[in-house]
Amino acid sequence: VSRARKPIHLAAHFPGVNNTTVWSDPASGSQTDFTSFVHLAQTAERGKFDFFFLAEGLRLREHRGRIFDLDVVGRPDSLTVLAALAAVTDRIGLAATLNTTFNEPFELARQFAALDHLSAGRAAWNAVTSPDAFTGENFRRGGFLDRTKRYERAEEFILTCRQLWDSWADGAVVADAEAGVFASPDAVRRFEHHGDQFSISGWFDVPRSPQGYPVQIQAGDSDGGRELAAAHADVIFTRHASRADGQAFYADVKGRLARYGRRLDDLKIIPAATVVIGDTAADAEERADHIRHQQVSPQGAIAFLEQVWGRDLSGYDPDGPLPDADPDVDGGISITRGRVRHEQDPLAVAAKWRQLAGDRHLSIRELIIEVTTRSGFVGTPAHVAATIDDHVQSDAADGYILVPHLTPHGLDEFVDRVVPLLQERGAFRADYEGPTLRDHLGLARPPAATPVRSRPTGGVP
Amino acid sequence: MGSSTGLLHLGVVLDGAGCHPAAWRAPEAERPRLFEPGYLVDLARQAERGRLDFVVADDAFPSGDPRPDRVTARLDAVLALARVAPATESIGLIATVTTTHTEPFHVSKNIATLDHVSGGRAGWRVAVSTTDDEARLFGRKPAATPAEAYAEASETADVVTRLWDSWEDDAVIRDQPTGRYVDRDKLHSIDFDGRFFSVRGPSITPRPPQGQVMVALDATSSDAVAVAGRWANIAFVSATNVAEAASGAAAVRDVAAASGRDPGDVAVLAVIDAVIGADADARRARLDALAVRPDGDVLFTGTPGELASLMEDWFRSGAVDGFLLRPAVLPVDLTALVEGVVPALQAAGVFRRSYEAATLRERFGRPRPASRYATTGTAS
Repeated sequence: VSRARKPIHLAAHFPGVNNTTVWSDPASGSQTDFTSFVHLAQTAERGKFDFFFLAEGLRLREHRGRIFDLDVVGRPDSLTVLAALAAVTDRIGLAATLNTTFNEPFELARQFAALDHLSAGRAAWNAVTSPDAFTGENFRRGGFLDRTKRYERAEEFILTCRQLWDSWADGAVVADAEAGVFASPDAVRRFEHHGDQFSISGWFDVPRSPQGYPVQIQAGDSDGGRELAAAHADVIFTRHASRADGQAFYADVKGRLARYGRRLDDLKIIPAATVVIGDTAADAEERADHIRHQQVSPQGAIAFLEQVWGRDLSGYDPDGPLPDADPDVDGGISITRGRVRHEQDPLAVAAKWRQLAGDRHLSIRELIIEVTTRSGFVGTPAHVAATIDDHVQSDAADGYILVPHLTPHGLDEFVDRVVPLLQERGAFRADYEGPTLRDHLGLARPPAATPVRSRPTGGVP
Repeated sequence: MGSSTGLLHLGVVLDGAGCHPAAWRAPEAERPRLFEPGYLVDLARQAERGRLDFVVADDAFPSGDPRPDRVTARLDAVLALARVAPATESIGLIATVTTTHTEPFHVSKNIATLDHVSGGRAGWRVAVSTTDDEARLFGRKPAATPAEAYAEASETADVVTRLWDSWEDDAVIRDQPTGRYVDRDKLHSIDFDGRFFSVRGPSITPRPPQGQVMVALDATSSDAVAVAGRWANIAFVSATNVAEAASGAAAVRDVAAASGRDPGDVAVLAVIDAVIGADADARRARLDALAVRPDGDVLFTGTPGELASLMEDWFRSGAVDGFLLRPAVLPVDLTALVEGVVPALQAAGVFRRSYEAATLRERFGRPRPASRYATTGTAS
């Protein structure tokens, strides 16, 4: 069945606080100076990207009981940076990751409404959940949330925010000086919410913003996360960037939309991907290999190994073989805290890694490079453009959020060399068609005061 | 104190259409633009043309039922000023952030970030929430008495300023031989355990450009004076005459001295609400006919020359270090301040003609402090 060509959506991930971001390269600039944010956001806007994205981390990561010192570290507040970026950009969307555990709906709804006003309709919110007592030590509320409750709280948080954003009708501000009516009393409603997580009431004090709500992003990969996205998100992030993985994820998540009365186009699926470009395929592979070695330093390789082995391995040679002894499995507290990890059995991981290292004659560092390489596109500009287009047209994704390895110039080459090719193929916009992020993503503005969709049954598993 | 330079400090509050409750109905008000991004930018740029020390963005969580004849809506002050920062070069940007319902960790990093995006021009005006209405917006705890709310504000200021110091200035080392990006001995837990909360730290945000962002507070009650004397670099006092201004300033400085601080570490600025211009009386009469102002609120009404004379007198008497102007109507009373009052003050030799200091802290003659956690001079 032939169908219209799908437009590609592109987003820019500010280099993260992890080892994907290379600081040892001479071209690596400040991770925290405002000028770095400005350069990346303006580069992405020059490339007509849909949005610019900031991640979150509310406590410095620790490893073996001390602050982890091998990766870049430090983050300014996302919303404040994005409000400042609104002054030096015109069209690109501005997305912040904000936790539903360590924030309150009234405050966050008010901040996002402000960002949407201050950016003339370009705000987006990636809602994340954290049950993390380690992070909670920085907050008066502490680490109070049961892990099983996190999606419940996230959903209640989002729906409560929507109630606040909806409490001002469009056009409520009439500013009729003659009649002495600034905001029409018929158009502003009192809110009241009483649920398991929040019990709040009062008057919201920000007029409805240009987009109605900020664009809603969700990043969970678990069943609960996917279901939350299907019910409420406009964009979902994933790590499934390869063609086959992407197609499976895409089919699964898009397949959930109908249950909530939503259309396939209402949720954009945007995997995270790295890009390495070269003049030839061999050149690109060589650069990619060089970057992977920068990303996994000798010390970093040992630290990765220690995460699985659960103990000090500083006596091992990163260029030597894996430890003969098995990981500690009764350690209790995780050796690394504040880092997103996938729960896996350390003994099984160690067995798999030993097998791989043995088969391929890999040193510790080579093995870590092998198992931590992120999905991405490596090749000539033409190859990268063709591959991205193919993946999108074959429903492995609706686009990609690119994760550069260098601050602040990590996107320059993609924008200069790949974006024009995507535009030539007719797969990517030549210019922005509207002023708001909803326009870029092809999403309708939510009508004011529409009753929020309710979930068909029970809670999220 | 600031008067050691011989120059007075002058800031302006930017809030909605102005401080008069009927400001938005004035013919000069830009009513349709109040929530547009360019509105506050234009006002701040105008203040910057007048070489003012800083602008203050007012903020509070809403309490009471909204009145249709008032502007009760607001945009978050930190975000509004962050939007202004790249569009201005020199003017200080003081954001009001309340401490009663907001996490101290968030306050610290948000204000630090305003300092980063403005190149060291940020300030934090500490405020509290005491109403049931505000408490119900959060649903976490009942309303606090003013005494409790200010005690909590003091604790918050303690935590926030510790977190600003929790990264030493030279924490990022990028040491290739050892593979270390950061020297973790220069990142400090604050391990704060107080009456109202505990916070571990360190901050996630590097030390702000000013080292310590300038802290401001309205010293308008005994509870507030206690916090201002302990923590404020800039205190705002209300006064209807020079004697009241002097006694208000003395009260703040007394607490500062009793807290072991140099009383000169806090600049005291008198708050003046003003209708300024040759037509001030007529404009004020029109405004007062539309809305009754709160009891006790004094509104200066007069020409730019009259206001400049008043300021010069109060300043030269040694009562205060400067003034915080609340224009009755924006932008008209800000324009009168910048185009009428400021030139008169400059002619009198009590106000700057150009910006010299790069940071708000320098503008107040305060040195950039070392982090309290810094270990002296031992580089490892």
